[in-house]
Amino acid sequence: METQQYHVSFRGVQKSYDGIRLVVKDLNLDIERGEFVTMLGPSGSGKTTCLMMLAGFETATQGEIYYNGKPVNNIPPHKRGIGMVFQNYALFPHMTVGKNLAFPLKVRKLGKEEIDQAVLEALDMVQMKDFVDRYPGQLSGGQKQRVALARALVFKPELVLMDEPLGALDKQLREQMQYEIKNIHEKLRVSVVYVTHDQSEALTMSDRIAVFEDGIIQQIAPPDDLYERPDNSFVARFIGENNTLHGMVDTIEDGVARVTLDDGQQVMALAVNVDKPGIPTLLSIRPERVVINPDEEKMTQTVDGHVEQLIYLGDHIRCRMTVAGNSEFIVKIPNAADSRMLEVGQNIRIGWMTDDCRALDAD
Amino acid sequence: MALQDVADKSLHDKLRRAERRKKIEAVSLIGPLLLLMVIFYFIPIGMMLYRSIDNSQMREILPETAKALAHWNGQGLPDESAYAAVVADMKVAYPARTLAGAGRRLNFDKVGFYSLLLKTGRKLKKIGGPPYKEKLIEIDSKWGDPKYWTVMKRGLKNITLIYLLRAVDLRYDDTNSIVGVPEEQAIYKSIIQRTVYISLSVTILCLLIGYPLAYFMATSSASVRNLLMIGLLLVFWTSLLVRTLSWILVLQDKGVVNSFLLSLGIISHPLPLVFNRIGVYVAMTHVLLPFMVLPLYSVMAGIPSYYVRAARSLGATPIAAFFKVYTPMTLPGIGAGCLMVFIQALGYYITPALVGGPKDQMVSYFVAFFVNERVNWSMASALGVVLLLMTGSFYLIFGKRVNITNMKLG
Repeated sequence: METQQYHVSFRGVQKSYDGIRLVVKDLNLDIERGEFVTMLGPSGSGKTTCLMMLAGFETATQGEIYYNGKPVNNIPPHKRGIGMVFQNYALFPHMTVGKNLAFPLKVRKLGKEEIDQAVLEALDMVQMKDFVDRYPGQLSGGQKQRVALARALVFKPELVLMDEPLGALDKQLREQMQYEIKNIHEKLRVSVVYVTHDQSEALTMSDRIAVFEDGIIQQIAPPDDLYERPDNSFVARFIGENNTLHGMVDTIEDGVARVTLDDGQQVMALAVNVDKPGIPTLLSIRPERVVINPDEEKMTQTVDGHVEQLIYLGDHIRCRMTVAGNSEFIVKIPNAADSRMLEVGQNIRIGWMTDDCRALDAD
Repeated sequence: MALQDVADKSLHDKLRRAERRKKIEAVSLIGPLLLLMVIFYFIPIGMMLYRSIDNSQMREILPETAKALAHWNGQGLPDESAYAAVVADMKVAYPARTLAGAGRRLNFDKVGFYSLLLKTGRKLKKIGGPPYKEKLIEIDSKWGDPKYWTVMKRGLKNITLIYLLRAVDLRYDDTNSIVGVPEEQAIYKSIIQRTVYISLSVTILCLLIGYPLAYFMATSSASVRNLLMIGLLLVFWTSLLVRTLSWILVLQDKGVVNSFLLSLGIISHPLPLVFNRIGVYVAMTHVLLPFMVLPLYSVMAGIPSYYVRAARSLGATPIAAFFKVYTPMTLPGIGAGCLMVFIQALGYYITPALVGGPKDQMVSYFVAFFVNERVNWSMASALGVVLLLMTGSFYLIFGKRVNITNMKLG
């Protein structure tokens, strides 16, 4: 069976709560042992539902989920042995930190010494050893998060699910915790399925990211692929900042499309999601890949732009301009000596490499 | 420097002025309630409490005797002046018909006093002039018994503890020390025990029925929950009397329950379900159930589902997750519900009086009994004090633990 080699496999999984609308539509996803996979998407895209089905709190309406090669649809959550970190930590308020961590070991009927040792080890891993006798109510958000993480790992599960675990933390703490989770993952080599709507979190931590929208995985790829080579316009818009230009495909040759923009200028772009001439397309270019006053020989594509607004951001200048009818076209100009020459109202030439411009579906 | 001080002072004044306005607002908001509480709650309760030890009316009936006995050392018989004072007081009190009241009061302390006073009062017309000592002893030899004079002296003090002592089955003996009453008269301790026992049983019944109900309400959909809530609160919308009387209809020998069981042939004779302990439990549990369910529900509704999920994901079976994680988190609700039901049950009167038998009556029944039948307000008040102390101590002991002040209904 092909699912055997994967740690987790979703096969044609569908989920509906009301019998009318599918929250998850035909999900197929394989997760390797030790992999860190993030389910990324806007709220209501079905990512948390997928996680809950994997944890056993929801049952798939159709399809099968395999864990270690075995179907788990009929296995209750407490027999799956999957660790889980909840959005609100879900630390038991009536138990101390130590008791919280001992809980999964006690229900597994481990010996007292074994439990004590495992609890201390797990707390040590998240630098919370000194807090063993505190109650969750006496901890800060970040500390609670660490304890919740330790509790999900203390019984040594092979798979840990995390449901927006850093959502309630402030930005600085969130970034710090991202690295810690990543370090723990690398140290323990457990498989992690992580749900978030924060793309920078997903990009920082994941081996692969599955972008969810409307119950469908739009693209599943490593972070760099996802950012630089989005498969469709949803992924392009959802991940990172993105400039879009509307146009019509004239010709497609060797994977490169010639596109006429709305204002008549012609550009070349990678034909990613367009298959025939004569259809509308959306060109996607990352702001940092656009160059001002390009060297016409180096840059394969150049177009005219009109500077609308300049925002000084220290390390770079954010330039909003109108390009081919799109007045929200953003260019990030490094704060170098020559970049100050720009003025609002100026007409300038901008350019990019053909490889950085992707012709996607016009949606 | 000086300028700084001036600035500080004006700031301080400004702050105080601002605070004062807030204080006035706060006081004027709670003022009416406070006034109401004082007039209709604290003052009556204070008067009630005082009545259990108040003995001043005795001095009004027998003022001379009180004066004369104030100097008596309590050894042997008092001297002639005391006898003269008794005669002087009785000459006023007997025609004024106040002597009987004094007699009843003293009879409560020592049986025989009522007849002694009235008999003496009747014969006073023919008593003639002093000295009175021999003449009184001639009328009734009890006047020559120091025990009666001891009771008389004790009974003429402004404050008396005999009612409070009697409410816990204690009394003064002839030497003025506190002892237990003879066994055949000791009834209040067992009534207090019975009151606590019935209240405790009702509390446990309410918890056993209320906990699953509250859990079901907290976990069901809004429409089901509203229906259950209305069903629960329906109890409040019906008069207590109607509710209790309808239980009699349901539980009596020819009532719904017995007829049903008889028609099924499960029983051959009607079960005794009312005018006994069963009726008291059923009716009181029914009336008090909402006070258990509402605090429980309020706590349960505030427990997010992810705690139980977390427990399940950590390997706990559904039962273990429920008892080790969910139930401990509902403890504040259990505590508040139990305390509320228990404290209310302690003071129940109408329900046991209507659906209970003579052996199911609680302290409140005897309060009413002493007010209505015996016209002994002091004893009624003393039992009220006992009840209040019981309730207060239960509240203090358990209320702190369950943090009842943080609870809200519904």
